[in-house]
Amino acid sequence: MAKRGFDVRRQPGFTTIAFVCFALLYLPIALLVVYSFNAGESIAVWEGFSLRWYVSAWENEKVQGATIRSLVIAFTASLIATTAAVLAAMATTRVKPWKGQTIAFSLINQPLMVPEIVTAVALLIFFAMIKKATGYTGLWYLIVAHSAFCIPFAYMPIRARLQGMDLSLEQAGADLYGSPFKVFKRITLPQLWPGILAGAMLAFVISLDDVVITEFVKSAGQDTLPTYMLGQLRRVITPEINAISTALLAISVAMVIAFFLLSRKKT
Amino acid sequence: MSDHALNRRREERRARFLLLAPAMFLLLIAASGPLLIVVVYSFLTPGDYGGVVWEFSTKAWFNVVAQIDFFTEELTLADAHLSVFWRSLKLSLITAAMCLLIGFPTAYFIATRPAGQRDIWMLLIMIPFWTNLLIRTFAIMELIRNEGTVNSLLMAMGIIDEPIQMLFTEFAIMVGMTYVYLPLMILPIYASMERLDFNLVEAGYDLYATRMQVLRRVIFPLVKPGVVAGSILVFVPCLGAYVTPRVLGGGTQLMLGNLIELQFGQLRNWPLGAALSLTLLMVVMVALIFYVRAVGREEQRHG
Repeated sequence: MAKRGFDVRRQPGFTTIAFVCFALLYLPIALLVVYSFNAGESIAVWEGFSLRWYVSAWENEKVQGATIRSLVIAFTASLIATTAAVLAAMATTRVKPWKGQTIAFSLINQPLMVPEIVTAVALLIFFAMIKKATGYTGLWYLIVAHSAFCIPFAYMPIRARLQGMDLSLEQAGADLYGSPFKVFKRITLPQLWPGILAGAMLAFVISLDDVVITEFVKSAGQDTLPTYMLGQLRRVITPEINAISTALLAISVAMVIAFFLLSRKKT
Repeated sequence: MSDHALNRRREERRARFLLLAPAMFLLLIAASGPLLIVVVYSFLTPGDYGGVVWEFSTKAWFNVVAQIDFFTEELTLADAHLSVFWRSLKLSLITAAMCLLIGFPTAYFIATRPAGQRDIWMLLIMIPFWTNLLIRTFAIMELIRNEGTVNSLLMAMGIIDEPIQMLFTEFAIMVGMTYVYLPLMILPIYASMERLDFNLVEAGYDLYATRMQVLRRVIFPLVKPGVVAGSILVFVPCLGAYVTPRVLGGGTQLMLGNLIELQFGQLRNWPLGAALSLTLLMVVMVALIFYVRAVGREEQRHG
């Protein structure tokens, strides 16, 4: 191929478009990060480097509250979703097809298929009924909602890992009179661990980033970081929003790269 | 069947039930169950201050597309809703087309890199996708505001004297959605292209095809299922978009998601909001059926 000086893989202009595409994907985010370090009050005019907006975000009580709330919800919801997903994956992977399996699959994948705004509206109606009946207005509405839509994200990597695992070790364990629980704990779980971690991280990021469902489900004074930011966008925007965004971005990017490395290891 | 085998099967079924119970319980109370309540609500009468009155009515569904004038009792089409439907449909289609225009060459570029590099290039595509949607929308907002980077740059270069109003227009929403959902286009196209047999491409050239002909007659037909899948994957979330049109459309350029929110907020017409949500859901379901068929065809082809 090279000898002929003719590359069959080449398409004129495609490489250029690809590089423009990568530039366009990162340029807006890069600008946002750069202006979070702006000394001035503008998000468009550069006035020198400063960390003042990080300090001001850090000292903002509303931001503090929203951060803690975001983390509590994301941590609890990803823990619940991952636990449920591990169990569900055990029942739906490496087993003989059973009646109702399709229904289980479509239930698990529902949060991926139904538009978020529809789920948000549905939860708003449902939780309004419960709030009226019980008077409870705490954080658990958000945690339950987040746990549910995180399940498919936690489920996918766990299921993928489980599918790639060899059954014979577990069979050997069972042959040596290991109880099902012991076999799971001593043989399945250690092998499954990278998948579980990957699933948990994905669930954590998804929960941390959610806007729509949180916006509809939250009671007064229950802003998470994203819904707080959404509210702020209606006012005069200062680089403080950029600073909060940058911090959130850093968490997400770190998680995604860790997820990538974890899921690559298996091959 | 022996008693023993029967017992084992029963035990298996019990174990399966227990394993699935937590996930199914969560999904039933916070995903599927509430959807059924939405169906019920769409057939009720709106309460005066939001909520509903438990009285059967099909008015909400009727109001999705039509209305009766309060004074003259004249039947007209609900223009306000139809224009939002039309905008949602139009912007979603344009966005899918834009994503295809940028995404197809990019996916091709990645698929033709050496095998060891491809993962890294795909990671570069996926990193923005897994970062907060609101933040990415906000980044676009900063870019195209009147005082934003694009306008400042154009003015500094002397191309324009006054900033171009881009924010709070349909154009802004389209740019934002393209930016936000582009990875959803690249992913499936790349998946098809990675399996593309370049011997076929070479055969095309051996038969004196031009680059354009090879692209149109050899490559494109082979990756078409990926293109269809990507287009639907972009189209579906655009149709139900809420954050991007809210931030970049500025409350004047409503899309379906915003119209739905309005019914639960200011307009206090929950049944209409429920009916609109279900209308959106039905359109999305139809699109997803096409998606499943496109993916199925792909798997058949490659075995």
